[in-house]
Parts: sequence; structure tokens; C-alpha cells
Amino acid sequence: MAAIDYDLELKRAGAGATGGWRRALFLAQRHVLGAAGLIIMIVFALTAIFANVLARFDPLTVDAAHALARPSALHWMGTDSFGRDVFSRIIHGARISLAVGIGSTTLGASIGVIVGLTSGYLSGWVDLVFQRVSDVLQALPLLVLALVMTAALGPSLPNVIIAIAIPLIPTVARVIRANTLALREQPFVEAAKSIGMSEVRIALRHVLPNTLAPLIVLATAQLGSTILTEASLSFLGLGIPEPYPSWGRMLSESAAEYVRTAPWLVIFPGIAISLAVFGTNLFGDALRDILDPRQRG
Amino acid sequence: MSEALLEVTDLMKHYPVRAGVLRRQVGTVHAVDGVSFSLRTGETLGLVGESGCGKSTVARSVLRLVEPTSGQIRLDGEDITHLSKTELRPHRRSMQIVFQDPFASLNPRMTAGDIVGEPLAVHGLASGKALEARVAKLFEQVGLRPDQMGNFPHQFSGGQRQRICIARALALEPRLIVCDEPVSALDVSIQAQVINLLIDLQRQHGFSYLFIAHDLAVVAHISHRVAVMYLGRIVEIADKDELFRNPRHPYTQALLASVPIANPHAKRLTPLVDGDVPSPVNPPSGCAFHTRCRFAMERCKTERPALVEAANGHQVACLLNEGTGRSA
Amino acid sequence: MSDASDLVLDVKNLKTVFFTNSGLFKAVDDVSFHVRRGETLAIVGESGCGKSVTALSLMRLVPDPPGRIVGGSVTLEGTDLLALDDAKMRAIRGNRISMIFQEPMTSLNPVMRIGDQIVEAVRLHRNLPVREANGIAVEMLRLVRIPEAARRAREYPHQLSGGMRQRAMIAMALACRPALLIADEPTTALDVTIQAQILALILDLQKELGTGLVLITHDLGVVAQTAQRVIVMYAGKKVEEATVEALFAAPKHPYTRGLMASIPAVPASGVAAQARLNEIPGTVPSLVRLPKGCAFAPRCKLVVKRCQEEYPPLQDWGGGHLAACWRAAEVAEEVA
Repeated sequence: MAAIDYDLELKRAGAGATGGWRRALFLAQRHVLGAAGLIIMIVFALTAIFANVLARFDPLTVDAAHALARPSALHWMGTDSFGRDVFSRIIHGARISLAVGIGSTTLGASIGVIVGLTSGYLSGWVDLVFQRVSDVLQALPLLVLALVMTAALGPSLPNVIIAIAIPLIPTVARVIRANTLALREQPFVEAAKSIGMSEVRIALRHVLPNTLAPLIVLATAQLGSTILTEASLSFLGLGIPEPYPSWGRMLSESAAEYVRTAPWLVIFPGIAISLAVFGTNLFGDALRDILDPRQRG
Repeated sequence: MSEALLEVTDLMKHYPVRAGVLRRQVGTVHAVDGVSFSLRTGETLGLVGESGCGKSTVARSVLRLVEPTSGQIRLDGEDITHLSKTELRPHRRSMQIVFQDPFASLNPRMTAGDIVGEPLAVHGLASGKALEARVAKLFEQVGLRPDQMGNFPHQFSGGQRQRICIARALALEPRLIVCDEPVSALDVSIQAQVINLLIDLQRQHGFSYLFIAHDLAVVAHISHRVAVMYLGRIVEIADKDELFRNPRHPYTQALLASVPIANPHAKRLTPLVDGDVPSPVNPPSGCAFHTRCRFAMERCKTERPALVEAANGHQVACLLNEGTGRSA
Repeated sequence: MSDASDLVLDVKNLKTVFFTNSGLFKAVDDVSFHVRRGETLAIVGESGCGKSVTALSLMRLVPDPPGRIVGGSVTLEGTDLLALDDAKMRAIRGNRISMIFQEPMTSLNPVMRIGDQIVEAVRLHRNLPVREANGIAVEMLRLVRIPEAARRAREYPHQLSGGMRQRAMIAMALACRPALLIADEPTTALDVTIQAQILALILDLQKELGTGLVLITHDLGVVAQTAQRVIVMYAGKKVEEATVEALFAAPKHPYTRGLMASIPAVPASGVAAQARLNEIPGTVPSLVRLPKGCAFAPRCKLVVKRCQEEYPPLQDWGGGHLAACWRAAEVAEEVA
């Protein structure tokens, strides 16, 4: 039998990785892709927060003299047809993506939690109505639904957030409802009933906190698709209105006309969108692995 | 030990079995099918039976955690069968439950101290420092250290978790504690600790236990009286010593004979019953046990024997015991 | 005593460890035992004592990671299983050595007919036409006393009761007539009347087929009724080994003694109401942070200074009665 290096095996299993930082470092080593995703998300968030500092030009200033400049030391990613600096526009675009991503996910998740919890808890006809409504909502693709919403509400940042949040509600509500149904049968919920606790209090104190882990996993996973939906809406001209630099709009403005003559106008926003979505998805997957109770000891 | 604290009369719980797209009812599960018993103050009644005999449903019905289909539950003389949730609330203080699975019966996201203190907080009996002091005292009563109050359930062993459950049940100073298989998930050496704790607590506080278990030996150690259930009905009920010394129902006899004895010289693994417990969806007619009974007669298939007194306080539901008792 | 040719299984110094994020976990620590043809060896102990990991080690089914067999030998009919490559081990597993588990429902494939599952198990190891394997399946179901075996063979696991499912599992495990059957808590999930039926069945079949049996259980009653020899495990180590008669007559290890005293017994006549049980104080120690010396010392009534410093070696007390305790000689008198 081959000799076994106990120390190495233990280190691989994460022994000694106790305490906040050491544990985090160990998890990062085990989930390399997830850590990469997290780094991308952090960079993305920092870019959005410090956009004013990082951007070398004002993203809205038109400079016809330097229109369609190639990437250079001055304009790292070139300029667009109005001579606006693409690098600065992408950096400011991160703000919009972040605002839409976080805004719509939070909004959708909050309403989804309330709906899912009530639906799972009350059951009966309330549940039935919620279920059928969410069936209808889920039968339509996220994008189509958001398209209809923005078309009805008109393009503006808050409207885009609402339009993307609404299709999220049934997805979140489903997960929370399923968890609520399972938790309702748990003995600790029965114990709470037998001490005379009210149903609302049981729902908030015993059921809700135990649905948080799947909720966080779901929300992270959805963050990527909300960013993508915003880009798609803006690409179709129904998202964030001019002149604000949304990645999707940047693509749509340049795709048809300049893809051959000024490919940087297409490449860089495309990379930005892919990277942001990729990062959140990687992180979301790792988070699911870590928080999945079946994998926790 | 005089007046009845709990009186259950002809309790029934039927669940509809639905099938198909239209959710039409295709059958009925007779989970509990006419159960009557009473429990005196300071007494322990053991309720034994195999899985699916309805013993847990009886426990949950008594606490009104499930709504009985019919029958009556009287606590301290008051009928609580049909009380609304609000009317029931003050009564909840006098009856508590300890569950089987000490892992699932504690909210994993609350500290042990918060779990034990919760009943007091819900009923507004204590708060702040006073609550903390009460919880610390409860911890000591069940053999836990008060400095463990800040720990989460996963930091405790199975036996310790069951102690937390017991402390939570004690918090409201109940008069009745329903124990639903409280030790069957525990290791043998820990089982003994918990049984002893339950016995000690009863001696100190004088409450009653309705003790549900499938393990006859455990029931034998903790109970004053024992009721044996089979397919939703009580088939025999007697004082503990009388029941173990002189089991009258063929099912009780089979149950006793099936328990493996920890003595190699008493080898006797000869199963007294064949086959499996029939489904409670459409239980056998007459005496439900006739399909597995060694003594089954033609009459057993059609006549349902009533629970009648066969000897002093010893009630049996079996046609064989007809004539031995006074009321038959 | 019978000669060595009778030996079906010989385990020597088996060591299985788990590498976990809380440290090294010696689940099976230097455990040796053997089983003869037609003999039943019981392994008793409480949860976490390593009895189930021992069973999985024999089958080479320890999940890796986090577990690994790091030492010792498992010799089945003269072959060291730990030295085999995976393909050879697969040819032996289910064929010469097979296992039944606690939960018959989760061990059966819910979407396959009972008979087909047995056929699959048979055809995996024996090159037989389906028709012939079918015949064996029905015959096996008949052997485990399932009424209307031919009809039952065409049913799915959910159509059978718990007891019938465990019978089907036994039929599958014995289909290739293995030399050794490992039963890991085979009746723990079953009702007591069904348990009696299943245990009686296992013993009958064992006698009929001459299979060696390793019965893993926490229930001393089951041990007394079924086994010829017993090993008692505590915190990954074998602390006592004896014939059933010797063990129940005079246990040499304080843990065994304590375990026997703490099980509630169905009373014969004249037992006082509400008898307190003898309890073993404390809890099983974490396998990651085992105390120095004897692992049972913190819970032991007989503990002396030496117990906390040195692990006691297994010592023979005559007739193959082994115990690992510094004060084994005094156990019988003092713990009671």
C-alpha cells in the first residue's frame, strides 16, 4: 500500500482552515472558478462605484473631431461615432448594469419571498391563485415579458428595473414556496405551534430564516440574467434611454453600422457584458455548492 | 393520582385518499379509529404499537396539531376538541410535546437559549434579564450548562439536543407532556440518560406523560400504564406490571415475544406472527388483527371486538377474552 | 476450534481514516477479526464507533474522498481484497461478498422490477441467459419466503412492504451464493414483529447456505439472539471480543458492561414501576479529538491515572475473550 502523506491530505480536506479568513482562503482554493467569479464581481462593483475617478473622459461629452478613433494610448478602447471615449462609457455603463442588476433582483426577490411565503403557508385557494398566475408569467420568456413591460411603462431606469423584477417574482416565489412547504412539516415548526405561537410569527421567525440560503443562491444566479436582460432591452431600444451609456445600447448603436469599420465599438461592450454575466454565474454556482446543506457536514 | 387530567373519548382521524386529475376520493386512511383512554395527574401512559398504528396521530390530535375527525378531548375537564386557535392558546401552556428527531425539532438558526426561552416570550411570561435567568435555570434542570445558551443546535450531540427539547417543553410548566418516541433516535447509552431525566423531572414536578414508543422495553421502564395499539385502535390497556406479566391480546403477546432479549441462553427467535401490518387504507373487517392472528376464528373476520374489562383495570379487545370480564 | 481452511474472512489491523475539514478522523483504528464458514460475527457499538465504516471497508466502498483505507489486510477466501485492482474487486463484490443495508427502500432501484434487479445482479457475475437468471430470481424470492414469488418478481419496490423489501434485498445479496454476507443494521428500520421474521430468515438461510455473516447492530438483544461471536467497538477501536455466551456472562470491558446495564429490558414479573436505568455518563468523544490513552476513560467508573496516559492493549482472558482495559480483571465485580 502506497505511503500516505497525512498532512497533505488533511490540508486538502481543509483541516485547520478555521476562523474567517483562513476558511475563506480554503474555500477560494477549493472553488477556484467561484473565487474568480467573485473577483470579477468585486472589480465590476468597484468600477461602478468609482466610475468618476476611473473614467478618463466624460462619457457624454461629444468630440466630433475624434470620432471613431482607434484604440490608442489616449483612448484605450477608441471612441464612438460621436467621439465619446468608449473606455469611459463602459466604466459608467457598469453603474447602470449594477443598478439594474441589484435593483431588480432585490425588488423581485423581496416580492417573491412575500408571495412564496404566504402562498406556501396559507395553501388553499390563495396558493392556487398564486400558482396559476406564476404559471402564466413563467410561460413567457423573461425577455419577452420585460419587453412588453418596458413598452408599456416607457423607457427609464426605474421602469427597466421594475420590468425586469416582475418576471423574477414567480421564480423566487416558487423556490420559497417549496421550501416553506417542506419547513412547515418540520417538528420545530410543530413545536412552535404547540407553544401557541401565531402563524405569522412562525412564518417570520422559523420558516423565513431557513429559506435564506436557497434565496441567496437563487438571487446570485439571477443577477447575471438580469444584467443580460437589461443589455438586451437596451439593445432593442427599450432599455435605458439616451444618452446614458448602457452596454446594450452601446452595442446596438454600433453593431450594424460599424462592426466592420470600427470593431472596437462592438468588441469592448460585448466583453463587458459577457464578463459581468460570466462572473456572477461562476460565483453563483460556487455559492450553491457551498451553501447546499447536503454538502455541509 | 386521582382525577383524570386528560380524557380522550372515541377519537377518530380519517384522511381521505385522493387520486386522479379531479382529486376524487378513492379511499380513507383510518389513522385513528375510535380510541379512548384517560390519563391521571402525575401518571405516565405508554402508547405502543408498530409504525402506522396511529400512535403519533393520537399524540398530535391530543395537542390539536391535527384536527380530529370526531371524538372528544377533555383537558382538566374542559372540552378542547373544538376550541378556536385563540381559545386554545391558554390551554397550550398546560400541554407540551417532545418529538422523536432531536435534529429536526430545533430551528437550526436559533441559539439554544432562544429556543428554550421562546415559549416564555410568546406567552409574555418573562423578558430581558428575567427571561435569561429562567432559561439558565431550565438548562440546569435538564443537565445542560447555562454557558451553552449561546450555542447553536448543531454544536450539541443528539442527547443534548433532546435535553434542549425537554427544557423547551418544561418552560411553560405544563401539566401534560406528550413524548413522541423521544429516545428512539438516540444511542443506547444516551437513551438511558434521557429516560432517567424524564423520570426525575416527573418526580419533581408531578406532570403527566403520554409516552409514545415502538420499543416495549423503553415503555416498560417509564410507564405506569400501557396501551397497545394496532391499526388505529387500542387492543389492550392495563397497568404496566399486569400487562407484561399477563398479556391477554394475541398481538401484545406476539409483540412481547418478538423483542430480542439480551441473553444468549434465552434464544427464542420464533416469530409469533407472520406477514405484515395490513394497510390502514382499507383495514381488515372485524378484528383488524385477524389476518395475522394465530387464534383467529371465523367470528373474528366479521365481528369487531370492543375494548372490555377482562380483569381489574385490564381491558382487552379480543373475542377470546369474552366471558373473562365483567362487562362482556 | 476449526482449522484455517474454514476461514472465510480474515481482517488484520484494518485502518480507515477520514480526512475532514475538522481534522483526521480515525474511523477504524487497527481492527482485526475473522469469520468462519457458517458463523455469525456481530459487531456492536453506538453511532460513530466505526462499525459501519468497517463494513464499507470490507466491501471497499468507503467514499474517497474523504475516506481512505490506510492499512491492514482484508482476506476473503485467501485473497487480499485491499490488494486487488478495481475491476477484480467489482468481480468479487456482490459475488463472493455482498451486503444488505438498513434502508431497503433506498437500496432498491424504484423504477426497476424486483425480479429484474435480481437478474441484473446475477448476470453481472455469471454468464447466464436471461431466462435462466429469471428462474434464479424467482427461486431466490421463494427462498426468502416471499409468497407468490413469481408474481412478486414482476412488482416494483414501492408495491412491497418494508419487510418484503428487506427480503428482496436479502434475495439479491444471496443470489450469487456469496461466501460472506455483511448485514448493516438490517432490521433497525423495521417493526419489531417484522424484525423477528427477518432475523429468523437470515439465520435459516445462513445455515442452509453456509454463508459467513457479519452482522452490524447497536442492539445487544439482536446480538444475543443471533451471533456466535461478538466484537464491541468504541471510538474506532475494538475494545472487546468474545463468544456471545462469554460476553453476556462476564463482560471484561467497562463500556460493554455499561452498555448492558443501560438497555431497558422487557420486565419479567415483579419489576418495580418506573425503575431508573443505569446510565453511562457523558457522550461519545469526537473522533477528531480523542483523549490520550483510553477513549472511554472520561466516561468510565473504573478510571485510574494509567488509563489517561496509555492506551490499554488487547489482552486475552482465556478462550479467545479479548478486552482492552487496564482493569479488565475487576470489571465484573465493580461496575455492576
